[in-house]
Amino acid sequence: MHIVVCVKQVPDTMEVRIDPKTNTLVRAGVPSIINPYDIHAVEEAMRLKEKFGASVTAITMGPPQAEEVLRKAISFGVDKAILLSDRAFAGSDTLATSYVLAQAIRKLSEEQPVDLVLCGKQAIDGDTAQVGPGIATRLNIPQLTYVMKIDYLDLEKREIQVQRKLEGEREIVKATLPALLTVTKDINELRYASFPNLLRAARYRPLLWNKESLLLEEGRLGIKGSPTAVRRIFAPPEREGGEIIPGGMDNPEKAAAELVDKLITTKIIADR
Amino acid sequence: MARGIWVFAEQRNGELKKVVFELLSEGRKIADQLGQELWAILLGKEVKGLVEKLAPYGADKVLVADDEKLEKYSTGTYTKVISDLIREHQPFAFFLGNTAMGKDLAPRVAERVGTGLSSDCTGIELVDGNLHFVRPIYAGKAFAKTVCPEARPVMATIRPNVFPVSEPDAARQAEVVEVPVQVGMEDLKAIVKEVVKQASGRVELTEADIIVSGGRGMKGPENFKILEELADVLGAAVGASRAAVDAGWREHQYQVGQTGKTVSPSLYIACGISGAIQHLAGMSSSKVIVAINKDPEANIFKVADYGIVGDLFEIVPLLTEEFKKLLA
Ligand SMILES: Cc1cc2nc3c(=O)[nH]c(=O)nc-3n(C[C@H](O)[C@H](O)[C@H](O)COP(=O)(O)OP(=O)(O)OC[C@H]3O[C@@H](n4cnc5c(N)ncnc54)[C@H](O)[C@@H]3O)c2cc1C
Ligand SMILES: Cc1cc2nc3c(=O)[nH]c(=O)nc-3n(C[C@H](O)[C@H](O)[C@H](O)COP(=O)(O)OP(=O)(O)OC[C@H]3O[C@@H](n4cnc5c(N)ncnc54)[C@H](O)[C@@H]3O)c2cc1C
Repeated sequence: MHIVVCVKQVPDTMEVRIDPKTNTLVRAGVPSIINPYDIHAVEEAMRLKEKFGASVTAITMGPPQAEEVLRKAISFGVDKAILLSDRAFAGSDTLATSYVLAQAIRKLSEEQPVDLVLCGKQAIDGDTAQVGPGIATRLNIPQLTYVMKIDYLDLEKREIQVQRKLEGEREIVKATLPALLTVTKDINELRYASFPNLLRAARYRPLLWNKESLLLEEGRLGIKGSPTAVRRIFAPPEREGGEIIPGGMDNPEKAAAELVDKLITTKIIADR
Repeated sequence: MARGIWVFAEQRNGELKKVVFELLSEGRKIADQLGQELWAILLGKEVKGLVEKLAPYGADKVLVADDEKLEKYSTGTYTKVISDLIREHQPFAFFLGNTAMGKDLAPRVAERVGTGLSSDCTGIELVDGNLHFVRPIYAGKAFAKTVCPEARPVMATIRPNVFPVSEPDAARQAEVVEVPVQVGMEDLKAIVKEVVKQASGRVELTEADIIVSGGRGMKGPENFKILEELADVLGAAVGASRAAVDAGWREHQYQVGQTGKTVSPSLYIACGISGAIQHLAGMSSSKVIVAINKDPEANIFKVADYGIVGDLFEIVPLLTEEFKKLLA
């Protein structure tokens, strides 16, 4: 089996700040990390590898320093990692991003057919959750989004069954292989990287593929190939204190009823 | 030229999602400003009866794809039907709710027709005849304004509960157009076997839509039960302040704040939490904050949309009872 995991380097959003005066992103001193959902995708690939045997390839599209997240993937036991990097990729929206990633997966399929593509459910910076479905569409394979569990994988029957996490529900879906999954954090518990893998990761030099190696069409890349553009970013408005509901001390029943009524009439809580 | 505002009339088991009425209400305003029509796109099996529910909220036309292959949602079939319709009619804009279905469907459709998509939008502005979208980024810490200058349709998924629903106009009629359904084996590579109502297994903190959190004011680990009872009624997750975690009442994975999780649910209910700056760092991007604290001077009231000054041991169980009555 051949599994490809897509991993993205993101700023640690816990540390990100927007300067409220200039509305610019304060990135100084903000560490870059592997997208937290993507590391669960890597972990899941390793668990499948242990069970079924597989070669696992990690890919990322980004600037040269994004190779750091590939090393992270290697430290979890991934076999091979490829950095997709080219100046022409800068400014890509999700459509252009999934074009590059899908082409890379096609190229990998020529070496060994890909059975499974794993992505995180979304990246914590752009937060769009569009790239996984975008890749699946381009490869014309089924997408199983928000997967919290793989029920089974049958390589003979070329079939996979998963549980998808929906609003207050779980959906059990069966699909043919190859398929693309986007995963939530519930799918597994991360384990510690082993010492040999850490050593290997420290020395690892990922392969580099650019627009020439992927035979990409210039017009579909970067800003040119992106229908969507980010015009500006801004900080959320400062919060102000709201309303104190009276009677909390001497008439708690009334205060509680009033609060519940407010939350429902203002549709903060849906009246099911 | 691309014309027309489209809204996806999401239904499950013959019931329209509430967000559909929000989309129609907002879509109607935009359509009027642009002098265009508002169409609703309805897919399912035996769903024609839903048309009369869509018309009063402003739909001029409803395209209905009624077929047993569309009874249950599947990415492949729904994408095929909708992409074909978009290619045929070339609408100017297409809105879907940012629901489990919308989140799965919209990116696939956008990719298929080769257009841009802004997801989870909380604002729409009409600027010089084009649409700008406001959407939260960096896990809710900031907002971005996105545009799709040329590709059509302009696509967006819209966060539920953001846009108000307008007064229905019972006199409004919508033209109904039944559209043929052409889906093949190719579109059926994934099939839904079953939908299971999620048992009590509690949602993950950072993914929860509602969080009930407790602090030092909870007085001990056993008392978190009253928060769990409230959380069960609301389908919420339970969080904690660092004081509660340091005291060993809750595990660290439930800590909210600078050294814990950053959350931005639509509702955060803080119980017995003073509102230290490090706690606020983890939850102040919540859409609505409710605070229950016996100290009227507590800092948490400075960020809360609604507050009750009182004893949480009295108030919380009363809230649970009250919600039970209304949400049952
Ligand atoms: C503030 C901001 C707002 C944006 N808004 C939009 C918008 O509204 N519409 C739009 O089309 N674009 C938007 N973009 C651009 C978009 O973020 C980029 O195209 C980005 O490369 C992919 O989208 P994402 O980060 O949202 O990833 P998601 O789609 O959320 O990522 C899902 C998964 O796809 C995989 N993946 C994503 N990117 C990569 C990568 N580079 N390498 C390897 N795997 C990857 C990972 O497995 C990840 O977990 C925005 C960018 C920013 C910074
Ligand atoms: C570097 C650093 C990082 C930190 N990171 C975090 C973090 O990630 N998360 C975090 O939460 N804190 C963090 N803190 C700690 C933070 O400064 C506060 O100490 C902590 O948030 C206080 O928790 P609390 O509000 O539960 O407790 P307290 O501040 O003790 O407040 C308890 C509140 O409960 C109220 N109360 C008591 N009894 C009742 C009752 N019966 N009914 C109603 N109300 C009642 C009181 O009026 C009081 O306001 C950090 C501190 C530092 C220095």
